[in-house]
Amino acid sequence: MKIQEADAKSLLLAQGLPVPPWKVARTLAEVEAAARIFFDGGAERVVVKAQVLVGGRGKAGGVKLAGSPVEAAEVGSKILGMDIKGITVRKVLVGAAAEIVKEYYLGAIIDRASRRIVLMASSEGGVEIEEVARQNPGAIHRVSADPELGLLAFQARALGLAIGLRDPLLNPFVAIAEGLYEAMKANDADLVEVNPLAIVAETAADGATTHRLVCLDAKLTLDDSGLARHPELEALRDLDEEDPTDAQARRLGINFIHLDGTIGCMVNGAGLAMTTMDLVKHYGGEPANFLDVGGGARRETVRGAMELILADPKVNAILVNIFGGITRGDEVAAGLIEARARQSREVPMVVRIVGTNAAEAARLLTEARFETATSLDQAAEKAVALAKGAAR
Amino acid sequence: MSILVGRETRLVVQGITGREGEFHTRAAIAYGTKVVAGTRPGKGGQTAIDGTVPIFDTVAEAAKQAGANASVIYIPASGAPDAILEAIDAGIETIVCITEGIPALDMIPVVEAARRAGARLIGPNCPGVTSPGRAKVGIIPASIHKPGRAGVVSRSGTLTYEAVQAMTDAGIGQSTCVGIGGDPIIGTTFLDVLKLFRDDPETDAIVMIGEIGGAAEEEAAAFAAEHLKGVPMAAFIAGRTAPPGRRMGHAGAIISGGSGTAAEKIAALEAAGVRVADSPTQLPKLLIEAGYRP
Repeated sequence: MKIQEADAKSLLLAQGLPVPPWKVARTLAEVEAAARIFFDGGAERVVVKAQVLVGGRGKAGGVKLAGSPVEAAEVGSKILGMDIKGITVRKVLVGAAAEIVKEYYLGAIIDRASRRIVLMASSEGGVEIEEVARQNPGAIHRVSADPELGLLAFQARALGLAIGLRDPLLNPFVAIAEGLYEAMKANDADLVEVNPLAIVAETAADGATTHRLVCLDAKLTLDDSGLARHPELEALRDLDEEDPTDAQARRLGINFIHLDGTIGCMVNGAGLAMTTMDLVKHYGGEPANFLDVGGGARRETVRGAMELILADPKVNAILVNIFGGITRGDEVAAGLIEARARQSREVPMVVRIVGTNAAEAARLLTEARFETATSLDQAAEKAVALAKGAAR
Repeated sequence: MSILVGRETRLVVQGITGREGEFHTRAAIAYGTKVVAGTRPGKGGQTAIDGTVPIFDTVAEAAKQAGANASVIYIPASGAPDAILEAIDAGIETIVCITEGIPALDMIPVVEAARRAGARLIGPNCPGVTSPGRAKVGIIPASIHKPGRAGVVSRSGTLTYEAVQAMTDAGIGQSTCVGIGGDPIIGTTFLDVLKLFRDDPETDAIVMIGEIGGAAEEEAAAFAAEHLKGVPMAAFIAGRTAPPGRRMGHAGAIISGGSGTAAEKIAALEAAGVRVADSPTQLPKLLIEAGYRP
């Protein structure tokens, strides 16, 4: 589960990381009021940042500076409501603009190959790390946390030294790296990133300037499998950005991802569901969704899944592909028959059910006059033909 | 021979009294698997499966008293890591964890513990392992198999059934079918299984079924190029149409930062001389094209 920058910052702050203060605003009045607080506190400029769960906000014009509360509201009016990669911006983060001396990247991931938590750091911060990985992979330094002892201080120091940090910023870096690791563990995150981690110059009242490391951005994604033991984190799910069908799919306990095509798919098993989409495409169609009804699906689940598929007005054909193992074919067939009796619009459908109780399923489907298929390829081809027929 | 499980397998079912545990234990016994014990803490001394399988409180007792040398785990995600560690501690050699939804961070120290103890952990979030005609450990339907000499390794469940059924229909039997699991952190990788197949005198061809996310298929391709020359191989990669940044059902199936795409994996496999199918039903044909004669 992805969470917003402001929420990620809260989780980092809870681990003692240096995160400058911020406010979240949803209206222009809130933007102006938030900006005023920072200007009253001595800020010379504020930054207004779109809060969306997609990358590339800066490039899209979703991050802007302002020199007064009124100007903050002006830039806020440009950002709020703008579209970034298909997402409408509904809230912004407002904070004092930092005087940045140098930017770094620091991140923690679950590395599949080594099966460890890996911390990565780079002196090329403030740009997309994937870009750095492509252009200059040598600029990314890594350490693997011990699977039992965790991230050790000498490892964090080695990372800091590798990106060129020295006294007096080295020890603060070690504390930040350790805090990042703890934030990952404490929240069952599978990714934590601070980009940029920045050296900022701060000028005291007496005119003296000091340098400090602070987290100017934060990104954190949560392992969905860990959410059950962190019920408080469920509140961070951003329903604004969710496809409304996502919440319904969660309630049904199915995996559903909305896509742009016209052929609705219902499959059991994630790998087979992806394969079914791939074959739809292979035979010249476009899948409307990824849908895995899970193992041992009951007829109620099948009914709910069918409602989800039909909720997409672009769907003009449906492909059901079930390879029964734990899942019983007759149970799915019964669910499909019930679903068709209730559905609000007629959409041509092809059903392929093999495996456990396939013969009983075939009898039910034939009686109910469903279009059926025996092989996966035949089912995909038929569905594509149905979709093309419906489009004409 | 076959790999991982076979006639020598003496299986303990951890969680034998649960709905899943009981259902799949019956199917395993019907297939001819030697199920020598079940565990259910607090019910030691009782029996399961109509009085045919003794229940023990601990895996250690099952190993000592019933001679269990392999375990299968049907225990919910909250208790599964502990179940794996208990099996490792009891000296079980092959541990198959079916459980889905274990947090990835929980698995990191568990996989390390298995590695240190020299135990072979398959999964989690996997359908299990079948050596057709010998033993079936896990939830793969018995009906799809045919004994033979082609090894199958897959990250998926029902997609594996699809591929294996296609092989059986085409007259290509299997030595062992291994579902390694769809999670990011798993005990046994493609590479590990390829090594086992290479060393198995009864495996003459290999089918590999991968999907988007991670780089395990690329790693396997590099190994195949170097160490499996002359072994007929065919592969299928699911997720050519998967959008980036979305988890496609399996926790591990995600294209992140532009890497882990099906295109990259297919290119790596083809460069290694492995034929890649457009549909799982083509796999038997590709194996034959690669020179396999069942």
